[in-house]
Amino acid sequence: MPRSVLSPTRQAMDTARPSAAIDLPSQAAGSAIVEVKALTRRFGIFVAIDHVSFSVRRGEVFGLIGANGAGKSTIVRMLTTLLPVTSGTATVAGYDLLRKPGEVRKHIGYVPQLMSADGDLTAYENLLLSARLYGLPSREIRPRIEQALSTMDLAPFSHRLVKGFSGGMIRRLEIAQGLLHRPAILFLDEPTVGLDPAARHAVLDHLAQLRAKTATTIVITSHYMEEIEELCDRLGVLNEGKLAALGSPAELEERIGPDATLDDVFAIFAGAKSGPTQMQAYRDARLSRRAARSHG
Amino acid sequence: MLASPAAPPARMADWLFRASRYLEQMSGVCAAEVQKLYHDPFELFTRAAQPVIWLLLFGEAMAQVRGLATGNMSYIDFISAGILTQSVLFVAIFYGIAAIWERDLGILHRYLVSPAARSALVIGKALSAGIRGLSQAVVVYILAGLLAVAVNLQPQHLALMVAFIVVGAGVFATFSLIVACLVKTRERFMGIGQVVTMPLFFASNAIYPLSIMPAWLKTVARLNPLTYEVDAVRALMLRGGTSSFGIGADFAILAAVFAVLVVIAARLYGRMGN
Repeated sequence: MPRSVLSPTRQAMDTARPSAAIDLPSQAAGSAIVEVKALTRRFGIFVAIDHVSFSVRRGEVFGLIGANGAGKSTIVRMLTTLLPVTSGTATVAGYDLLRKPGEVRKHIGYVPQLMSADGDLTAYENLLLSARLYGLPSREIRPRIEQALSTMDLAPFSHRLVKGFSGGMIRRLEIAQGLLHRPAILFLDEPTVGLDPAARHAVLDHLAQLRAKTATTIVITSHYMEEIEELCDRLGVLNEGKLAALGSPAELEERIGPDATLDDVFAIFAGAKSGPTQMQAYRDARLSRRAARSHG
Repeated sequence: MLASPAAPPARMADWLFRASRYLEQMSGVCAAEVQKLYHDPFELFTRAAQPVIWLLLFGEAMAQVRGLATGNMSYIDFISAGILTQSVLFVAIFYGIAAIWERDLGILHRYLVSPAARSALVIGKALSAGIRGLSQAVVVYILAGLLAVAVNLQPQHLALMVAFIVVGAGVFATFSLIVACLVKTRERFMGIGQVVTMPLFFASNAIYPLSIMPAWLKTVARLNPLTYEVDAVRALMLRGGTSSFGIGADFAILAAVFAVLVVIAARLYGRMGN
């Protein structure tokens, strides 16, 4: 495990975290902020997500790992109200996903696998659009945008068109967009895919700082085990649409045996065997390549 | 006031808050589109080529025929209003392509994951089509002036013209968005766009009057919203121009069609990210 390369992240994480849920005092830290019960999604006869149940605790970083086509993105797209649920239930930020999608949307931020910043706008204008879509009070808009840009080290580029940005800068802007309305939960779908190592570390450092300084709950999907190891309090391993394992990185490693790493956890639970999900895998490859191209 | 006297002030305040948030979301979407145009206005110039070609080549040539019953106005006067409407239609109809492009890139998801009402998103996009349409109208007005068309520049006529261009562009942009939501790919949209825009244009009073059409085509033209847009534009743009259906009726029809299309588009747009 190349832990040394990620040492800045580790250091940022070691700073003390304030107790969670400042703005929601009635909810104790550690209680569930996402409750997923028997969540199922079918595409035609293909069962993409098969009765998946898990909960995410308030203030934690929860990872979803799995092979291409295992269903990570499908779960995130359902929990962010983008994709209708076939069956099962979920509560997100205290609201029923199926009955109150509008309320769920107010309380979540989402950084999709593809682009979510508009290349034909400047960084400032992208954030302004987000501010207005989320109805931020007009007095607060400018200071919040400026703060978001400086937090993400983008202040010098705020009036440049995003299409001239590097992949890492775009990702950081997208994270700023996702956080501008101070959501209770931030969903990140493969936030480092297609980035070079330096840009990846910059993005991970910012996520680690977010984790250290705010009470925001983070749900993240990734292919990179070292990222998951560094960031996540707990994780779920998906295998062909089913939840194969759930626990903290240490717990899962322990279940495999002494000296096991998350790579072993992935190999055992996520199953490297060829599945019947050729179409989905192809679609994933196409999406991530397109994302890589548009970010590169 | 809309609220009954018994309505508690809290409910009124809540309603006002929702309304202001809705307007904020709508204008935010529209403002972003306008900012894009400001950064790259090149498209506006290239789009201006089309009305120039229609007026200078087609219009000037057809004006020599003198066989069309355009009443007391010259053919170039008659067609300039039609070409203005056509430019607005063509600018608006390609909004669907932009929506498919945004979906493919992933930008659509930022809109759909936000708490903004789907109809606010759709109307915001439609309004920005209106702004593009206005830029086209400026080009056609200037060109028409150069061709000695009897352009009417009275302020109240210009103000009404703005309203008609915005609602007309809104109708066609929203229609285009609905098609985009249904066909989902750029290739299919390009095919459908051609199949839809040309009949819309030719089955209207844009380049020849309804009076010369066979009965069946007249019926089609009467059902075509473009006919009412052209009718109003012709009355407002030209000195001595008259409306066949009445400006008020034209606007009511276009506004009603727009409202229906927004309701449909809002439903489909919300599912476009699936």
